[in-house]
Amino acid sequence: MSLIEIKNVTMGYEGVPVLKNLSFVVNKGDYLCIVGENGSGKSTLMKGILGLNAPIDGEIVYNNLDKSEIGYLPQKKMIQKDFPASVMEVVLSGCVKRKFHIFHNRYDREIAEKNISIVKMSNHKKRSFSDLSGGQQQRVLLARALCATEKVIVLDEPVTGLDPIATADMYSLIKEINRKGITVIMVTHDINSAVRNASHILHISDTAFYGTAHQYIHSEVGNKFLLTECPCDVCSHLPKRRGDNV
Amino acid sequence: MFDIFSYGFVTRAIIVGALVSLCASLIGTVLVLKRYSMIGDGLSHVGFGAITIGAAANLTPIYFALPMVIISAFILLKISSNSKISGDSAIAIISSSALAIGITVCSITGMNSDLNSYLFGSIIAIGRTDAVFAIVLSVVIISTFFIFYNKIFAVTFDEDFARATGTKANIYNMVIALLTALTVVIGMRIMGTLLISALIIFPSLTSMRIFKNFRGVIISSVAVSLVCFFIGMFISFGFNTPAGATVVLTNLLMFILFSIISKILKR
Repeated sequence: MSLIEIKNVTMGYEGVPVLKNLSFVVNKGDYLCIVGENGSGKSTLMKGILGLNAPIDGEIVYNNLDKSEIGYLPQKKMIQKDFPASVMEVVLSGCVKRKFHIFHNRYDREIAEKNISIVKMSNHKKRSFSDLSGGQQQRVLLARALCATEKVIVLDEPVTGLDPIATADMYSLIKEINRKGITVIMVTHDINSAVRNASHILHISDTAFYGTAHQYIHSEVGNKFLLTECPCDVCSHLPKRRGDNV
Repeated sequence: MFDIFSYGFVTRAIIVGALVSLCASLIGTVLVLKRYSMIGDGLSHVGFGAITIGAAANLTPIYFALPMVIISAFILLKISSNSKISGDSAIAIISSSALAIGITVCSITGMNSDLNSYLFGSIIAIGRTDAVFAIVLSVVIISTFFIFYNKIFAVTFDEDFARATGTKANIYNMVIALLTALTVVIGMRIMGTLLISALIIFPSLTSMRIFKNFRGVIISSVAVSLVCFFIGMFISFGFNTPAGATVVLTNLLMFILFSIISKILKR
């Protein structure tokens, strides 16, 4: 069942298009990784999906989904380091768009507690967000994103700047959330983990690639970007652009 | 010492001052965290310009200043969120121009004697109208702040997330700008143009030395602000020092005290 349809979308900032005529469909339960070089328009596309920026041309169709029902984990640098907020306060702020009431009610708190336990931060509820390690902060922000959605979550480079253990933790959490039926759309530079975890890959470049992770590994563009020799018959004879780096 | 309450203007000054301290500390926390402190400063200067013009034109200064400051608040907000112009410099230009206009108007109309009171505040300046105005606006500011508390936290902590999940961030930014404008207008006469922004910024900066969650900072800011105001007023009456400046200095001492405590706590 399709959840989000991107139809001939052209997006850019301040009227200058950075990606043109892109079409693909995100189905319920997909784990889509969006990859591509810096400046290729990954984040711009993501903002389009979130409804933060409107496409210059084409349309984004949501099926059985309001665009405010998309959970969002922004890039880490977007959040102030020294902001005084407890873990609970941060996670509760994900519940804000639910029915309007002056203070958070018990229902909100239950949702927040549940999501804090999903990201394994229950022992740190009262701690200050700014005192946490980078990996813990990302987990808290993931819990907040989960409070805002039951359907789809958009993650913008969720492991950038994390150490290998925190990175692995983060990936296994995302995988677990995906298994529970939440659709995952992730912008990432970590291409090797992307092909390992994702069901689908969107590679944005001059000619965009969209397909399953398996198709991507064996595609020409995937081969160039992965920088690893795929031993299969189809791939081994393809030219390598940066083969020396292997 | 206690016969000070027998004076009508003193009672008014204390009521208005306490309300201003309360409002300033609430809105100040948001302004500091949103990196909007400069807006509060800019607005106080615009308010000064507007008050002098209002006085020169024989209008009730506060009636003229209120709409002017509100309009400026929206303009300053627009400038700060516009990435093309450097927000800080633009605000500095507006704020110094408004100050210059105010001083020129004062000297042309021969209100130089009032200049001191406009710039540094005066407790005698609080008339009956000002007091009623201040009470009504304070109620508006405090209730709006608490009604939108969750939304205000959300747009302050992470505007992009709030927007992505369906919060109309622009509207709440305008609410914040409006509350700032109201706070500046009611606080300007008692604290003065040059000191009101200190009242907005100090209590929350002080509280953030020690408190690391939003609710804690808000509660502590209100407490710090009120305590500093009453201590400042007390000293001001006792030693005959200017009220606004004394309150600001008390805030400075409190900031230093909190900084020392936080250093000790970290050990």
